[in-house]
Amino acid sequence: MAKRVNITIDGRNILAEEGRNLVEVASENGFFIPSLCYFETIDPPLGTCRTCTCRINGKFSPACTEKVREGLTIEVNAPDLKDMRKALVEMMFAEGNHICPSCEKSGNCDLQHMGYELGIAISRFPHLFKDRLIDYDAKRMIMEHNRCIKCMRCVVEIKNDDGKNVFSYQNRGNETYVGIDYKEEKKLTREQAVHAMNICPTGAIIVRGESYGMPFGFRKFDKKSTRPDYGTPVKNNNKRNGKPAKKTIATVSLAGCFGCHMSLLDIDTELLDLVELISFHKSPLTDIKEFSKRCDVGIVEGSVCNDENVETLRAFREHCDLLVAVGECAIWGGLPSMRNSIPLGECMEEAYLNCVTSEEGNTIIPYHKDLPKMLDRVYESREIVKIDYFIPGCPPDAQHIWKAVKNLLWDENYSILYSEFKYD
Amino acid sequence: MDAQHANTYLIEPPRTQMLNRLWEFQRAKQYISDADIITLAKDYNISEIEIEGIVSFYHFFHRKPAGKYTIYLNNSMTSHMKGFNRILEAFERETAAKAGSTDPTGTFGLFLTPCIGLSDQEPAALINFYPFTNLNTLKVRNIITQLKKGVPLEEIYDKPKKNILFTTEDKASIFFSEFKSGSAISSLVALQPDGVINALRETRLSGRGGAFYPTWMKWQAAADEKATPKVVVCNADEGEPGTFKDRVLLHDVPETVIEGMIVCAYAVGASFGLIYLRAEYTWLQNRIEKALQRYRDKGLLGKSCGGITNFNFDIRLQLGAGSYVCGEETALLESAEGKRGEPRTRWFYPVQKGYLNLPTVVNNVETFSAVTRIVELGVDCFRSYGIEKSPGTKIISVSGDCKYPGIYEIEWGMTLGELLDKCGAEDPHYIQESGPSGTVLTLDEQDVPFAMFAEFFSQHIRCGGALTIFNKNRDILDILLNYADFYKKESCGICTPCRAGNYFIERKLERLKNGLANHEDIEELKQWSIIMRHTSRCGLGKTATNSLINTIEKFEEYFDGMIQQDKSALNVGFDMEAAIRDYEEFKN
Ligand SMILES: Cc1cc2nc3c(=O)[nH]c(=O)nc-3n(C[C@H](O)[C@H](O)[C@H](O)COP(=O)(O)O)c2cc1C
Ligand code: SF4
Ligand code: SF4
Ligand code: SF4
Ligand code: FES
Repeated sequence: MAKRVNITIDGRNILAEEGRNLVEVASENGFFIPSLCYFETIDPPLGTCRTCTCRINGKFSPACTEKVREGLTIEVNAPDLKDMRKALVEMMFAEGNHICPSCEKSGNCDLQHMGYELGIAISRFPHLFKDRLIDYDAKRMIMEHNRCIKCMRCVVEIKNDDGKNVFSYQNRGNETYVGIDYKEEKKLTREQAVHAMNICPTGAIIVRGESYGMPFGFRKFDKKSTRPDYGTPVKNNNKRNGKPAKKTIATVSLAGCFGCHMSLLDIDTELLDLVELISFHKSPLTDIKEFSKRCDVGIVEGSVCNDENVETLRAFREHCDLLVAVGECAIWGGLPSMRNSIPLGECMEEAYLNCVTSEEGNTIIPYHKDLPKMLDRVYESREIVKIDYFIPGCPPDAQHIWKAVKNLLWDENYSILYSEFKYD
Repeated sequence: MDAQHANTYLIEPPRTQMLNRLWEFQRAKQYISDADIITLAKDYNISEIEIEGIVSFYHFFHRKPAGKYTIYLNNSMTSHMKGFNRILEAFERETAAKAGSTDPTGTFGLFLTPCIGLSDQEPAALINFYPFTNLNTLKVRNIITQLKKGVPLEEIYDKPKKNILFTTEDKASIFFSEFKSGSAISSLVALQPDGVINALRETRLSGRGGAFYPTWMKWQAAADEKATPKVVVCNADEGEPGTFKDRVLLHDVPETVIEGMIVCAYAVGASFGLIYLRAEYTWLQNRIEKALQRYRDKGLLGKSCGGITNFNFDIRLQLGAGSYVCGEETALLESAEGKRGEPRTRWFYPVQKGYLNLPTVVNNVETFSAVTRIVELGVDCFRSYGIEKSPGTKIISVSGDCKYPGIYEIEWGMTLGELLDKCGAEDPHYIQESGPSGTVLTLDEQDVPFAMFAEFFSQHIRCGGALTIFNKNRDILDILLNYADFYKKESCGICTPCRAGNYFIERKLERLKNGLANHEDIEELKQWSIIMRHTSRCGLGKTATNSLINTIEKFEEYFDGMIQQDKSALNVGFDMEAAIRDYEEFKN
């Protein structure tokens, strides 16, 4: 047996086998270190994603490229480290184009899982909206470049029976993508191809006919979280006596599908209790068009796609004490932002002139001074005004929305269940 | 070629010829064709996509014809200061090629490239890798006219000036004084390997590539490795914008570099050497190869080097292909092995598993040069220069807003103010030391000395080799945007914080440039920079935001003047006119 050595993780002394990978040793001892590129059988470890960054003997360093040795002192859960690791995962979401509700991998996706585990509501980074291809030309696989996080797993791991690499990085810098060799891919056996799909931590590698084997809702990460704090009851610490004061709410759906509004109403009979406590002012629910008083909270659904949206959002900022962005569209652009990698002109032509329902020669692109002007791309709400809170989801679960809003209005504490947070 | 020669000292797998093969194809028809890719894939028995991956990593390799004359115009900051825009226009006008493409006849290809190591003679360009310096619009017209007439490049290119402007107060020079080949090798037997390493220890020689890792420690570690054969690599990739000291050493005293490698091989027990030369210095290749041949002819390289029995060592030169990150030692090794230049993790250090997984010492050109001089002149002579903890001299490449850009061999201990005086700095305001990955200095730091380690003074400037001076009229944001663009393009792309981070930083700086940023944006810039510094895989990402962080700290008023002052920031900066411009244009 290998020599055992003493290491310290977050102040706890641990006896571990010398030379073993730190990520594994930490995990066996109950320390959760996020990881995305690390894969047990790949040696040497890849060290590309950096989401396992810890402080090792005082220096920032990824845990997955560290061998356990005598005297190693590791800090895992310091606040700055947690924030840094979270930032790295946020980077991946901002860098790629991830639309989970339409992704084959949802529920089995390591990246998505990491998003939930780290409690990411929003990426602090601006979405890059790079125009990326989906490559359908390989025989067995579809390469969805929008979702690849360049973890390198497929590049080093997937070889066909000739021993040749099927995947290789192309270009460099932010232009880097994983190229697939059509000739070599053809030679992969079904098992090898499925293996490629399975080791991919995201939905970038999709094998035709194999990706929906497991229904949504029953997948690897659908039910459980390693985070202890999801669903743990939180003590209600509000000291209010009697009935809470009545509050005023305004809501709006900018470029969205009204799904978030539907979700808002999806609390059954609780709605009746709520109406006692809340009055809706400007909102599609009341059909009040103009602000005539100040509101406590403004709920914003949808992204900003035209000049009218900008004005509306600014009016909300002016009249509401707090603004809450609800749903992915308001948070980072969501589905409407799929147009962001396509020039505006092409989008309009496609929508008005070339789409299947338009009659050739009979349709025009409508312009009128009263019609809103389209913006060059779809913007996130916080690119226009300061947003105080974000509630993620597509749409977010009704309970999730109301628990959060109640907390803002009356300082009531609630715990959010994993099933309420992970709702897609 | 020498490759075969050197091969008897180490059997290199055929794959290590990858870049050379690609260069042959590229030179023959100015691009690499589909057929070439298939040929290479067959020859090396690897997939075509892997070859494509290598080709697309290096920016001097093209998949489309790049012109009978391929012009690379430097777009680094020093070039911009000396009129880059005019020169670019002139090239576009004279050649009818737009930047990034060829003219319709395919005669000229015009491309931009970061620093080509001629910052003291900007604007400068490479045409088929021949240097052209101190360009002006008239000169550009002449060059193109001549080329159109068929005058060979060899006849019209500029031999870059060496520009050695200062070598210590008593005009003595450690690096540039006359050198007789073999004068260091002749002391080796007396010193023995331990003696060599000890001499380096006593002179505190530290890596001149910028990291200042003690050279003796690296060599000791390599000497202690059991595995053989061992490898010595000279890092001649000098890519840090504003740096050109290695260029002058390789041009003027290549023997001292070669001999330093031989000394190293002797000390650590290596049998194979590799000089990784950046392709921007292709014009130096011949000079170096000739120097190597002279060494072989004299019996100083090859079997029984310098007459020392059982000491067999030879050196091969490997040309890069356009990638800054290949200066990072592990990326360099990957590249020399014929792969994409992606830095390795620290799972193994090069001295354990380096080139072809063999124990490998990687040192900078100047480091090897210094080694030779230490062995030649002796520890005491070396130590008589400089200061206690930083003995010897340091070569600094000075450029930018100064009367005398060029090479300054200073003694450690000289202050920033003294050097600024010497080079005739003009109204220095924003002073960049060690290139974009170094530190930004201001005149407040005039009295701070250049030194490797802290001494009696609290501050010191650990300069890797470049000092770029910007005066008050230079827009700091333009400088930062130039750097951001550089890092974005030169990032190897395999780790998240650098690949994505540099892009985010650039976006944010553009917001600042457009007057849309507020104090929160500045705060975020700082935080993101720090995240990149702590989480990036290699030095590129770790240092990419150094200048930015420094600037935010040292030029607070500058940023204050350009951000929106509304502290509540309820309305975020948003340019409606710009956002609906596309719509208005499309409508018409
Ligand atoms: C992005 C990057 C670029 C580098 N470029 C060079 C270079 O061009 N030349 C060089 O000698 N060292 C360069 N280095 C430093 C090398 O990694 C390495 O530290 C050096 O070659 C070791 O030699 P030394 O100890 O003699 O300095 C670079 C490092 C990084 C991170
Ligand atoms: S790859 Fe993962 S994170 Fe990306 S869209 Fe698919 S499920 Fe979501
Ligand atoms: S395709 Fe998947 S496995 Fe391959 S690098 Fe991208 S994310 Fe990783
Ligand atoms: S820091 Fe940049 S250059 Fe270095 S490994 Fe990461 S992506 Fe590549
Ligand atoms: S898991 Fe450690 S760097 Fe990716």
